[in-house]
Amino acid sequence: MLRSGVIAKKVGMTRLFMEDGKQVPVTVLQLDGLQVVAQRTAEKDGYSAVQLGVGTAKPKRVTKAMRGHFAVAKVAPKRKLAEFRVDPENLINVGEEITADHYFEGQFVDVCGTSIGKGFAGGMKRHNFRGLEATHGVSISHRSHGSTGQCQDPGKVFKGKKMAGHMGAARVTTQNLQVVRTDSDRGLIMVKGAVPGSKGGWVTVKDAVKKPFPDNAILPAALKSAAEEAARAAEEAAAQAAAEAEAAEKAAAEEAAAAEEAALKEAEADIQAEKKDSDE
Amino acid sequence: MDLIAELEAEQIASLGKNVPDFKAGDTIRVGYKVTEGTRTRVQNYEGVCISRKNGSGIAGTFTVRKISFGEGVERVFPLYSTNIEAITVIRRGRVRRAKLYYLRSRRGKSARIAEDTNYKPLSGAKA
Repeated sequence: MLRSGVIAKKVGMTRLFMEDGKQVPVTVLQLDGLQVVAQRTAEKDGYSAVQLGVGTAKPKRVTKAMRGHFAVAKVAPKRKLAEFRVDPENLINVGEEITADHYFEGQFVDVCGTSIGKGFAGGMKRHNFRGLEATHGVSISHRSHGSTGQCQDPGKVFKGKKMAGHMGAARVTTQNLQVVRTDSDRGLIMVKGAVPGSKGGWVTVKDAVKKPFPDNAILPAALKSAAEEAARAAEEAAAQAAAEAEAAEKAAAEEAAAAEEAALKEAEADIQAEKKDSDE
Repeated sequence: MDLIAELEAEQIASLGKNVPDFKAGDTIRVGYKVTEGTRTRVQNYEGVCISRKNGSGIAGTFTVRKISFGEGVERVFPLYSTNIEAITVIRRGRVRRAKLYYLRSRRGKSARIAEDTNYKPLSGAKA
């Protein structure tokens, strides 16, 4: 049951106080106009996926080729695009907007983003080496790594040896984060714990691969059009109920009016009869 | 206001806590909910507030120090914890520091704090 994920913006972190006195650290993720921009189908592309776009880009700053791509989909230019592999039956129509109800409270998700760049980092920071000693003849190289290998045999440093080098600014996935709260009006998803990347960075959220697929997940996705349809249906039902109530009220009022009229007529007849009696 | 500040303000409003105006040096009583098995009761913890951290927002905490059976005890409470039933100010203290960590190395007479007799409440403060 592979369904689409979402692209979200990392807004920042805060905490939530629960009823039972627990505090939960949460990362707030925001969906900002998340729409389907294109579809990939098995016939045309050899695999099935949806391409989603999020945010708003100035049309002036979008390349002509991408402007054409957005024009075909009839969506406003998006800031960030990403593809999500889905099952063929879970393809979503181009232009549909996905809401934050896509995930429910308590569900586990995997969040993928670009970690904060740390530049050229030493072994202690990059691989948690312990460094050299503070004394016992160590000079200048207190934070260096130790030996990197053997001697003339093998006579080389093995590939993949952990050493100093560039750290961060890499694609990182954090698995099995729990969704604590969602807010579809503002497009917010709050997940427990930290998420890779800096504030304002783009992350992708998917159903957790290491947990069983939840039964009550919305397939193919929580769409704005579906929500609007449901809201309209609810409104119509409410309107119908109101009309029925009004009709019933009207009928009751008419009945009451008729009864009153009948009573009035009776009373008049009584008065007339009395008059006749007194006349005689 | 950015989104995080908005969410925090909303949460503070929804929690409906009445946090009194107090600062380091004040003697306060904290009613803390304790769950024993299935029963919950309120336990009072009274002592000197020796520090307030992270402002008065949702992340704010305060430290209360007291001498319990001759042993100094400190507890850190989140300002907006749902486990806190009430915070009451018992006595206003006059101190010249924001963090009274020096009280940890003092005992008895030298650990006293003078009372602030002409305390002026903050303008717009709730209590």
